[in-house]
Amino acid sequence: MRDQGVIYAGLAAFLGLLTFPAWYNAAAGKTAKPPEVRLPAQEKQCVAPVDYMKTSHMALLVNWREEVVRRNVRSFTAFNGKTYNMSLTGTCLSGCHTNKADFCDRCHNYVGVKGPYCMDCHIDPKLVARSRP
Amino acid sequence: MNITRKGFLRITGFSLVAVTARRFLGAIGERVAPARKARRWAMVVDIGKCLQKEGCIKCIAACNKAHNIPVFQDRRREIVWIWKAQFENVLGSEGGYTPGALRGQPIPVLCNHCDDPPCTRVCPTQATWKREDGIVMMDWHRCIGCRYCIAACPYGSRSFNWSDPRPHIAELNPDFPTRTTGVVEKCNFCEERLASGRPPACVEACPEKALVFGDLNDAGSPVRELLRSRYATRRKSELGTRPSIFYIV
Repeated sequence: MRDQGVIYAGLAAFLGLLTFPAWYNAAAGKTAKPPEVRLPAQEKQCVAPVDYMKTSHMALLVNWREEVVRRNVRSFTAFNGKTYNMSLTGTCLSGCHTNKADFCDRCHNYVGVKGPYCMDCHIDPKLVARSRP
Repeated sequence: MNITRKGFLRITGFSLVAVTARRFLGAIGERVAPARKARRWAMVVDIGKCLQKEGCIKCIAACNKAHNIPVFQDRRREIVWIWKAQFENVLGSEGGYTPGALRGQPIPVLCNHCDDPPCTRVCPTQATWKREDGIVMMDWHRCIGCRYCIAACPYGSRSFNWSDPRPHIAELNPDFPTRTTGVVEKCNFCEERLASGRPPACVEACPEKALVFGDLNDAGSPVRELLRSRYATRRKSELGTRPSIFYIV
């Protein structure tokens, strides 16, 4: 082991570089934090418990879609007995999450969800109001 | 409170009977209650009334607005749900002997919501299918844009989105989705309005009440009333598709 010094120095430099993002952020005080979504002010309870919505809102929306389009069922009875009209734009985006950019988009952008393409067809009501005063 | 053994047994027995009876009646009720909505939605177009006001396109405008239908200048990209076509092209010219009053006149045409729709039979993904109430539905989530249905429809009722329709929509209606590139679309008989008890947009918009909408299976419906009193015909009846749109000539 003639080149001990060089090898260890090299290794240290390599590890340093590899972990650079971690300690750089730690030094800057920027630890990983969840996205700040803006919750609806007027409504405290979603159509399902928050934990379920966090993990499975996509499944719920797909179920709604199937019910409305294929079975012509439009009324959703929530876990707490309240009934809702199964509509992304009519219920979710109009009644509660009136600012899609501050809620849906923030989290989707944070986790790098490129899709889904719901909004290619379904219209954000706010977008319409803004573009056509 | 003192309760005898006999009294206790009596109360228990009656309670059991009551609970069982309730369950039993409930079960029967459930079986009976959902009276099948054996509807078949249909429309009667009174051509005479429709032609009263020349150049009227209120039905078309109402539909376009309700369903976010784009306007393309290029006719090859045209999207239409309800539109007007020449009388001869709609109901035939009978060897050229069409009465002068009807010759070349614009007649409203839309999806016929056939009883035996050829379009649904060829759809490989069941993106289009016939509902129990007779509406030929489209599930745009499921449409892969193969356009078999366009080829199968004998009435040319279906349009294809060759490009993103959104920039070509005059006024967005947030209550109804737009469509996207690569899906087929057509008249849905305003099923979203029927769900909340409203008549189709075109029917509501017609100032002459030339479009009459109702349940073909209900002998008392306005549609049946008209069909009883006037002679009506359907497009290309020889094909056996049994359209739900009737024309009173």
